[in-house]
Parts: sequence; structure tokens; C-alpha cells
Amino acid sequence: MRAETRLGFFLLLTPLLLWLTLLIIIPHIDMFLISIRERVAVRTYETGFANYLTFFTEPLYLVTFMRTALMSVLATVMTLIIAFPVSYYIAKIAKGRLQSALFLLCLVPFWVSELVRTFGWMILLRETGIFSNLLQFIGIVDGPVEMLYNDTAMMVGLIYTSMLFMVVPLVTTLESLDDSVIEAGYDLGGNAITVTREIVIPHATPGIVSGCIVVFMLSLGNYLTPTMLGGKESLWFTELIYSQFIVRFNWELGAAFGFLLLGLSSFIVWIALRLTGQTLEKTMG
Amino acid sequence: MTPDLECVNLTKTFDTTKAVDDVSFQVPAGSFFSILGPSGCGKTTIMRMIAGFLDPTSGDIQIKGKSVLDIAPNKRPVNMVFQHLALFPMMNIGDNIGYGLRRAGASKTEIAIKVDEVLERIGLPGIAARKVDQLSGGQKQRVAIARCMVLEPDVLLLDEPLGALDLKLREHMKIELKSLQSAFDTTFVYITHDQSEALVMSDQVAVMNEGRFEQLGTARELYYDPKTPFVAGFVGDSNRWSGTVDAASGDEVRIKTASGVSLTGSTSGTGLSKGDQAQVFVRPEAIRVALDTDGISAFENRIAGTVSSLLFNGANSRVLVRDDASGGEIDVALPQSGEFAALTKGAPLHIGWNAGQATCFAAGDK
Repeated sequence: MRAETRLGFFLLLTPLLLWLTLLIIIPHIDMFLISIRERVAVRTYETGFANYLTFFTEPLYLVTFMRTALMSVLATVMTLIIAFPVSYYIAKIAKGRLQSALFLLCLVPFWVSELVRTFGWMILLRETGIFSNLLQFIGIVDGPVEMLYNDTAMMVGLIYTSMLFMVVPLVTTLESLDDSVIEAGYDLGGNAITVTREIVIPHATPGIVSGCIVVFMLSLGNYLTPTMLGGKESLWFTELIYSQFIVRFNWELGAAFGFLLLGLSSFIVWIALRLTGQTLEKTMG
Repeated sequence: MTPDLECVNLTKTFDTTKAVDDVSFQVPAGSFFSILGPSGCGKTTIMRMIAGFLDPTSGDIQIKGKSVLDIAPNKRPVNMVFQHLALFPMMNIGDNIGYGLRRAGASKTEIAIKVDEVLERIGLPGIAARKVDQLSGGQKQRVAIARCMVLEPDVLLLDEPLGALDLKLREHMKIELKSLQSAFDTTFVYITHDQSEALVMSDQVAVMNEGRFEQLGTARELYYDPKTPFVAGFVGDSNRWSGTVDAASGDEVRIKTASGVSLTGSTSGTGLSKGDQAQVFVRPEAIRVALDTDGISAFENRIAGTVSSLLFNGANSRVLVRDDASGGEIDVALPQSGEFAALTKGAPLHIGWNAGQATCFAAGDK
């Protein structure tokens, strides 16, 4: 009997172990081995950290790296600012059918691929696009306006792409806040600002943190949106990795960049958890 | 003297249903007022209107003689203890109690002093640093009251705060609530569906049904002198018969039920006349039990029956007596004086009660 349960346990565990080893651990070990490989001549390699050194000595890499991190943080913060009132409305103010309809509306855009959604933004924002034509029609501007290929367009795209991943955890945590606790906050003399600050936000912190982690990681690792909406100036770190791997066949440097990005995202998430006094178990469980 | 709280022709309509229908009452300063009614009778709606979370459709709410209809809930001199207490789980006990004071702009030292003071008064000194989930049910209850009382409201509203507690603790908290009320000397308005909570604690009880006050009076008045069949049926337990008035003389009526039982009861001024349909209410504890007819010869109503079941519940033991003549079952309280300790199922039993103990109402009004 005990042998059987153990067998069952291992059988159930197998897919997880396979997934972890084959798709995460082995590729990362291999990536790391590639990243510490220096090409000294054709088909001759030595072990060393020259690839990492290249990153720190070349300003373009370093600047793009920091810019990507800051823009991702900014995108996360702005997503939170936009998603919080939306989530609060869905979770606490809307009732019954309206509530499920609104929640569904947040979900609907995610039924089409990210590529199509981003292309939707291009139709709206490009020089011959809807907004440009509308502004000319109203008479606010004289000629066509190019709204694509800049940081703002990219930011809009990033926020739009990650909205749902902020709304879902926020709605879930806000729904678990008892209405009478909010009412008690008002009853004892609080106003909208103090109730939000002292009751709603502290209660929603695990949801806020887990939403922010997901959105931050999605933004940092996003490739499509910065490529399509961002201009030449708005270079994203993932684009650098792509060009090392695919365009320049420099896998060694690409792998080093990949590891640096992993380190960066882990570091920023760790800082965020420390600052909010949350733990990973609390926000993800 | 102006009452602390006065509601004048208060009405609240949701879509087409009248949740509260033309209710008026006054609560004198320093008294314990209860609204007792089944769920869905509109008592919570009244409470929420007083607190300011709902606007009345018509009518007025006055606190210390001044209308509060235009005042937002966070500015009203009333505070509310919620059904599930609604303590703030993200704060410790001290911050919970200090929350209202912080909103009122009190200084840190003042808040600390007042929080300690009120914790002392509720008998839980030194727990300010504890977390909400470290307290027992009864302690949370007291903290919820302290959180309101520290603001010195004119009226404290309590929305079935004992509902979530287990029976033993609930019994204990009834007494404690009453003593807290006299200690703080504040007007309490308490709503509940539990009659024993209302009867034990209140100076005045309003029995509410379908949006209206059926009767307003002291616990004694409601129990001994119910004015409507609803109150007679809701407050305390009752045996109930319906039948036709056979003879009426002054306050006393004879009623013949469909199964042929003839009962004598009092109308308590409701004016029944011969031929009317009527209902008779008799409390189980108002019925005398005897082993032979001699024991009940002094009563107007006498029934011979057999014990159909014994419901032992300590001091509240009951016996169901099957009426030999009509076959109906009557719920009778069993005296615990030892006399009936040997009573078994199927034993013959004689029961009787006075006309004054049988309250009669016209059958039309439910």
C-alpha cells in the first residue's frame, strides 16, 4: 500500500520534474556555459567573463539595459495607477451582471494575439492613421501627425498589453475585502482618501505586489511591443539579445545578456518585495 | 427633554417594495432600544438610514433634535457596530480604536491616552499592540464597541453583533453589553432577530414586520400583552388555534375551533363579536399541568389528553400533549418540580389555563 502511494506520488511529480529540468534548468545551465565562453579564434574557445565585460564597457548596452529597467518600472507603476480604480469599480461598486460584463471586457482583447493587438495600435497612431486623420478633420493640426515610433507609443502599448495581469489579482484581493470594513471606515469618520489609504490599499497590498511583479516581468521581457511601437531611439534590451542571437550569431554575448536580464528582474522584484514588506509566498499564494 | 434619536414617518422604497413603511419612534437619551424582527423585515434598512449609508425615500431622522439627513455618514454623531464587527484586520487593536480619533485630527498623545482609557473600561487593558486575529470572539466584540465609544457618539447602532458568537458566549455577552451600555451611558439602538437578546437587554423593544412596527413597548408588555397576532406569535412561543367566535361578553369570548374544541379567551380590547373568525394564542408556560382533573378545576379551559412526546431540555423541557377530543397537539412547558419526573409517553395528562392567558385576535390580520 505504501509502495503504491509512493509510486503514485512519483508519477504525479514526473511531469513537473521533467518540465523543470528539460525546459528551465538544462537550458539555463547551457546558456550559462555559452555565456562564459570566449571566442579567441575560429572554433577555439576559452572560459572567461569577457562577454560580461563587453557589456559593462560598451555604453549602448549599459544605457539600454538601465533604460529598459526604468521604463518597465514606469510601465508597471502606470498600469497600477490605471488598473486600481478600474479593479475597485469592478470588485466593489459594480454588482451582478454589470460586474461580470466589465470583467469580461477586460478579458476580451486577450482573445486575439498580441501581434494583432499591437497592430491595432499602429492603425490608430500611424501618420495615415485614424487619430491623425481625425485631428486634421477637426482642424487642430494642418498636416499628418506621426504618433508611432516613440517612447509614449511604446508605453501605451506596454500598459495595454499588461493591463489584464494587473486587473485580475487586484479584483481578486479587493473582492475579498468585506464591504462592511469599508463602511466602518467611513462610519468612524474617514473620507474617500483616508479609507483608501488606510484600509483598501493595505488590504490589497498582496494583490498589488503580485500584479506588479507579473506586469514588470512581462514588460521587461517584452519584445514585440517595443519593436513595433518604439522607434530607433526606444531600444529595448530584448532587441539587443535578439540581434546578438539571430542577426550577429554571437550566441556567447546574447547568452550573457540573457543572464544579466534575469539577474536584473530578480533584483528589482526582490527590492520591491523588501520595500513593501511582502514575501513571495504571501503574494503568489 | 429631547430624545437622542427620533425617526419621523421614515419610509424607504426599493423599486416597488416598501422596505420601511412610515415608521416613527423616539429613543430617549441613555436608553437601550431594540428593533426585533425576522430577517427581511426592514430593520437593517432603518439602521443603515440612521448611519447614513442609505437615504430615506421620505421622512426625517433627528439626532438630539436636529435633522441629520443632509449629513454624510462620516460626519454623523452616530457610530455602528457591524454584524461581523468589521474590525480592520490590517491594523493592531490600538490603531483600530484610534482610527476614528486620527480622522478627527486628535494628537498622537491624546489618541494614546484615550485608547488606553477605553481599553481599561472594556476590561482589556494592555492589548493595544495585539493583532485582530489574536483576540477571541468576545474580546473582538468589546473592541468593536470600544472603537465606536472612544468617539463619544450620541447614538451607538448595533447590527446583530452577537450573531456570529456561539451560544454560551452570546448569553454572556448579552449581560456584558447591557453593563457596557450603562457604563458608557450612551443611547444604544440594537437590531436583532433573536428575541431573547432583545428582551433581556432592552428598555424598549419595537417588533417589526414587513416594514412596519407591529408594537413598541417594554419587554414585559410585548410578552404579556401582545397587541397583534404577529407579536403574539413572534415574541415567545405560542400554541395557536383558529376558529369562530361562539359567544362574546365584554372582554371574554368563547371560540369554537374547526375540530370542535371550545376555548375561552380574552380579546384584550380588539373587539371580536359573534360569528367572527378568530385566532387564539396560548403560551406553553401559561398552561398548568396536572395528573388528575382536580388540579386544573379552577381554570376556564380544561383539556384531557395523553403525552405524545417528551422533549427534554433541562429547565426548558416541554411535553407535547395530544388532545383526546380533537386530536390536536399542544405544546406545554413541563414544571421541573419533580412531580412529573416519572412522566412517560402515552400517559394521560390534564392541562388547563385561564381565559386571561389565551389572547384572541381577529383572524383577518394574520
